[in-house]
Amino acid sequence: MTEQSKFTLPEADRRRFLQGSAAAIAGLVIGFHWAPRGKAAAAAVTDGSIKPLGETMNAFIRISPDNTVTVLSKHLEMGQGTYTGLATIVAEELDADWSQIRTEGAPANAALYANSAFGTIQGTGGSTAIANSFEQLRRAGATARAMLVAAAAAEWKVPPGEITVSKGVVSHAASNRQATFGELAQAAARQMPPTDVTLKDPSEFTLIGKNVPRLDARPKSNGTAQFTLDVKQPGQLTAVLQRPPLFGAKVKRFDATKARAVPGVTHVVQIDNGVAVVAKNFWAASKGREALEIEWDDSAAEKRSTDEILAEYRTLAKTPGKPARKQGDVDAAFAKAAKVVEATYDFPYLAHAPMEPLDCVVRLTADGVEIWAGDQFQTVDQANAARILGIKPEQVKINTLFAGGSFGRRATVQSDYIVEGVQIAKAINGEAPVKLVWTREDDIRGGRYRPMYHHSLAAALDANGMIIGWRHRIVGQSIMAGTPLEPVMVKDGIDHTSVEGAANLPYDIPNMSVELHSTQAGVPVLWWRAVGSTHTAFATEVFLDEIAQATGQDPLTLRRRMLNRHPRHLGALDLAAEKAGWGKPLPAGRSRGIAVHESFNTYVAEVAEVSLQPDGSWRVEKVVAAVDCGIAINPNIITAQVEGGIGYGLTPVLYNGITLNKGAVEQSNFHDYEVLRIDRMPEVEVHIVPSNAAPTGIGEPGVPPLAPAVANALMAATRQKFRSLPLPSKITSA
Amino acid sequence: MAVNFTLNGQPVSLDVDPDMPLLWAVRDEIGLTGSKFGCGMAQCGACTMHVDGEPVRSCSTPLSAVEGQSVTTIEGLQGKVAQAVQDAWVKHEVAQCGYCQSGQIMSAVALLSSNTQPSDDDINEAMQGNICRCATYVRIRSAIHDAAKTLRA
Repeated sequence: MTEQSKFTLPEADRRRFLQGSAAAIAGLVIGFHWAPRGKAAAAAVTDGSIKPLGETMNAFIRISPDNTVTVLSKHLEMGQGTYTGLATIVAEELDADWSQIRTEGAPANAALYANSAFGTIQGTGGSTAIANSFEQLRRAGATARAMLVAAAAAEWKVPPGEITVSKGVVSHAASNRQATFGELAQAAARQMPPTDVTLKDPSEFTLIGKNVPRLDARPKSNGTAQFTLDVKQPGQLTAVLQRPPLFGAKVKRFDATKARAVPGVTHVVQIDNGVAVVAKNFWAASKGREALEIEWDDSAAEKRSTDEILAEYRTLAKTPGKPARKQGDVDAAFAKAAKVVEATYDFPYLAHAPMEPLDCVVRLTADGVEIWAGDQFQTVDQANAARILGIKPEQVKINTLFAGGSFGRRATVQSDYIVEGVQIAKAINGEAPVKLVWTREDDIRGGRYRPMYHHSLAAALDANGMIIGWRHRIVGQSIMAGTPLEPVMVKDGIDHTSVEGAANLPYDIPNMSVELHSTQAGVPVLWWRAVGSTHTAFATEVFLDEIAQATGQDPLTLRRRMLNRHPRHLGALDLAAEKAGWGKPLPAGRSRGIAVHESFNTYVAEVAEVSLQPDGSWRVEKVVAAVDCGIAINPNIITAQVEGGIGYGLTPVLYNGITLNKGAVEQSNFHDYEVLRIDRMPEVEVHIVPSNAAPTGIGEPGVPPLAPAVANALMAATRQKFRSLPLPSKITSA
Repeated sequence: MAVNFTLNGQPVSLDVDPDMPLLWAVRDEIGLTGSKFGCGMAQCGACTMHVDGEPVRSCSTPLSAVEGQSVTTIEGLQGKVAQAVQDAWVKHEVAQCGYCQSGQIMSAVALLSSNTQPSDDDINEAMQGNICRCATYVRIRSAIHDAAKTLRA
């Protein structure tokens, strides 16, 4: 990207662009009408105040007479910093001043706000927000800038080429005239968008690559940031739902007499997923739920324990699966191997456990339904809500608010919590807006976990310890099977999300076979921050260290020798190793482990430094990460995401996952589904590989290398094998 | 029977179920929503408020327990410790999703109100009741150290 990129907008696209603007205006006018009525309206505005309706420059940019520029984010802000990142891209090409930038969630409208990585669906996930928006928002910013310039040129009767724009001020030096964006907004909005715009050369960037401050830092430090839990519509009621004790069980009959007797309870209604208690406040709803008497039909329920399911997986792994990758002659490689190394790895079900449990507010309206949520999958949620109500998807208005974390949980193909909310609102005949609140117990026991997996690996080595053959079998549930996304995401029986990170292993190995057994279990599963790479990175990177140890090779050297065709893996690996002082002596009781993994086109290497006490207890003291995510839009946010990814990834290393006893989930809250707390958080150092490549995501890629790096450090210290997560809390000598 | 207490300096009288947790009384009945619900059993700290200056988990504190006491929520925080902590939170860009941060800040203010030179162990002890699933812990620690420095200056 050394030359200036130039975009030409064909006539059809110009028309669409204009129509898009019109549609956006319509959406915003509606938004404006509801805005002043409830505090919730402010939720979409990052600084907590309601903005006057400004001039819409295009689907992504609104400029107000008060000179604020509002960037409409088509992506959910769930902590990953996307509001700030997306706004930075717009502000860069617009030549706005950062202090005038605001962000709010875009309306649900796939025609305008589809995630191009998802085709025609508006949604957030797969670390795609920046990647799929970069060129689109640069063009939106440059287009709006050109319209401001054209408006100034017309008013001042000067050639547009003589006009400059800097920090939100449009100037004509020769006539000594200048105007703010706010002053020009009205005239600019009436300009035809230009047929082509010139985008900046990266060397001209003044905001991209600099640490512009997060737009949501202050409201998230004084309690004013608005989440779904904080929405209060006039007359609103609160609902909690009693879901079945086993996955797949249904309500046989229930008695609501005692629940209805609880003061404050207004309705008890049955919906697909259970029995909902609706009340004037959360506490009454919650007490009403405790008083429910429900008899369940568990004839179709999953009744196995996780131990039994895992035993089946282990048996299955002894047989060939469906090919996810096949190259060379694997059988021949094993036949002539000087040495064979084998290992199996187990991974439990994991709950996402975002701090804000699932929640939504649903209000049936004269012309459809209005929903407030930290919505991660707007188009899908519109379709599912519309189906229940027998209306068109465009009659489902979604107000996307800040989400109190998600890690994948709020994007489900079934729209589980949205559907529940809509069904409850429908069941009470729309008498009042309803806020559905999941408790933590509902969340931990509610399913949609990272699937449990079993991996079986074997490597054929030659006399020099080089890997000449590789066989990798993965056994576990498919996230996509049985969903409407199956035709797209499952090809020839291979769910990409089950094998990502394994089927595309970067190492130079001439003969490879990666196979998959997709299993059936009644436990609902879902993508969990970094999806397939949460287990494939561990299995492959720990196995490599087992090979290194079996052949007396340095783990870094072994990897480097096999990455000749993957310079970005190598670049991240080398940078992490250098910054961590790989190979340099450590104090007694300390050891290092390394891992590198690409996910979502971002390359991350991490070196974990672990301390081991004489009693076998251990802790992760420090993690040094190196990341290549192309152009770094905001290095400070990238650093924060990698810090957070390391912390998120450390939880399943230290603490148990979800287990089932005869089908019943054994965990319920943070006391028995423990998560990382501050005392176990390591020191983290993040280094960014300089790059001019197109920017890629950073929400997830920090997670996968952490667990294998920690296990490898413990392996280096103890020469023991670590083949399942969580790792043992104390390491006893072999 | 109404429960009478002081909330953010104002006298309040609430005639609701006295078993209702303080968190839900403040959120649903009074309408202050800065304090969050995360677990309902004093495990995560998202609901942390100050009662007579001490950090408490309001999700597990019955309203009746604060009769006659002084309750402070994130909305009512004031003074130099609060200012130093909140400014440090912004400067270090601690928040990611932000949902737990009201509780984190309430715990941090309580810590620094009694100790302006906390060690890492002091921070661990004071803050380990507050979960952050975004794992912003590195920045929580540095922001607390920074706020402490401001307070000592």
